[in-house]
Amino acid sequence: MAKFKEIAKVEKQECIATGVYSMWIKTADIAKEAIAGQFISVYCKDGSKMLPRPISICEVKKEEGLLRIVYRVVGGGTKEMSAYVAGDDIDILGPLGNGFMQRDKKAILIGGGIGIPPMVELAKELKDKCEVSIVAGYRDELFLIDELKSHGEVYVATEDGSTGTKGTVIDAIKEQAVTGDVIYACGPTPMLRAIKEYALANDIEAQLSLEEKMACGIGACLACVCKSKDIDEHSQVHNKRICKDGPVFLAQEVEL
Amino acid sequence: MNTKVNIAGVEFKNPVMVASGTFGSGAEYSEFVDLNKLGAVVTKGVANVPWPGNPTPRIAETYGGMINAIGLQNPGIDVFCKRDIPFLKQFDTKIIVNVCGHTTEEYCEVVERLANEPVDMLEINISCPNVKEGGIAFGQNPKSAEDITRAIKKYAKQPVCMKLSPNVTDITEMAKAVEAGGADAVSLINTITGMKIDINRQTFAVANKTGGLSGPAIKPVAVRMVYQVANATKLPIIGMGGIQNGDDAIEFMLAGATGVSLGTANFNNPLATVETVAGIEDYLKRKNIADINDIIGIVK
Repeated sequence: MAKFKEIAKVEKQECIATGVYSMWIKTADIAKEAIAGQFISVYCKDGSKMLPRPISICEVKKEEGLLRIVYRVVGGGTKEMSAYVAGDDIDILGPLGNGFMQRDKKAILIGGGIGIPPMVELAKELKDKCEVSIVAGYRDELFLIDELKSHGEVYVATEDGSTGTKGTVIDAIKEQAVTGDVIYACGPTPMLRAIKEYALANDIEAQLSLEEKMACGIGACLACVCKSKDIDEHSQVHNKRICKDGPVFLAQEVEL
Repeated sequence: MNTKVNIAGVEFKNPVMVASGTFGSGAEYSEFVDLNKLGAVVTKGVANVPWPGNPTPRIAETYGGMINAIGLQNPGIDVFCKRDIPFLKQFDTKIIVNVCGHTTEEYCEVVERLANEPVDMLEINISCPNVKEGGIAFGQNPKSAEDITRAIKKYAKQPVCMKLSPNVTDITEMAKAVEAGGADAVSLINTITGMKIDINRQTFAVANKTGGLSGPAIKPVAVRMVYQVANATKLPIIGMGGIQNGDDAIEFMLAGATGVSLGTANFNNPLATVETVAGIEDYLKRKNIADINDIIGIVK
């Protein structure tokens, strides 16, 4: 899979929830190659920040060369990004990692917090192939809900119960009787752990998108490994590289 | 204009290399970087058997740098010889293999295994701060450093470059010790032991608690140590520590380095190595210098 390092242009940026930003990026090559579940590395302009920020791809418009990322401001790097406006340069590398393995089966897409964005593109790519249910877990404030609704049946969980089921995405699946034959999930590790358990108990395939602190983003530095059941191809131990071998793994393949 | 340099009898087309551990064996970066343009690829440390490395998180960003505690995860020498050396042989660049171990015997086993492999130089890692045994334990005591150098030289068929740690009181003592042990070259500096605490989680930012600080934040320390070693021994030096571009590389060469390695800079810009090659050429043109060797160590 080809990867490209580009100085791309910000097409549009807006704040869509407290601390959550949506940026459309005009790329020469990256959008053409990108699929749901992949990510890009964003390089900061501030020279004191040496490491790129890995950000998941939220939407792709291949014909127009457009990529959308939706991210939360958590530190100085994402704060810098949130100040970019239309026409600004953005230094990126991508598309990185492997996307979700798209099955021809009734799908449950589960996103938790800032793990929700990749589910938009995935739902878009899956909706003509199969029935799509989307379970979105938020703290309280919703975002990307209209995009999700346009691609599938949406079930919401909120921690405070302000919308949908009060509790976790698993609580929502149970309470709102969501069923499916394959799960695609992205979100915080405790959520992925619960989904893994749920999928194993119900004998459903689950694909989990993991995250870890990354440096190179391309599989060279061995910073972002996860414990894997099988011996990994790179180091012949049990450490798969999240950036290169993932970020999407089958639930039974990884220890969480 | 001549950009060729010679280190311990090995001729490099230019002085630009990569710092071990930041570039794997080149395969991943070869998607962006024309490896034919580099003086050498210095591989990730390889041991006699596969090493799993440390728990995650293994890295954390710091101001102008980063801390890493990867713990020398590597596939072991057998896979390395079968897979990584043939990969690198496809390119017109020199191969420097970084060797790690827990004991003298482990280092020697790897060095012996490499004796008949088509590699150009060995870099011996006696300076990794992130493994419990071996690594830095050999690099903080002059006697141990001299002894392991001498032991390795018995098995080595390629020139031996000892990679030194900055986590010592006097770097020249260590350089003199490995020189006495028969080293052909030295590379410096490895990372500086550091710590970062995540104030939100109220715990260490890397699971290993401490890690090695690298990046532009450490460059002045590295330049100083290269200068000191250049003036204390006759050994050729591969300099590293925060080099990001041609100007940084030139600074190291003026201080006394013959080769220069980029490490953390690869993460900040995957094209940093080839841009550094171009930057060095620009400097030589600008200064009207015909031979790069004329600037090595001239600042006294």
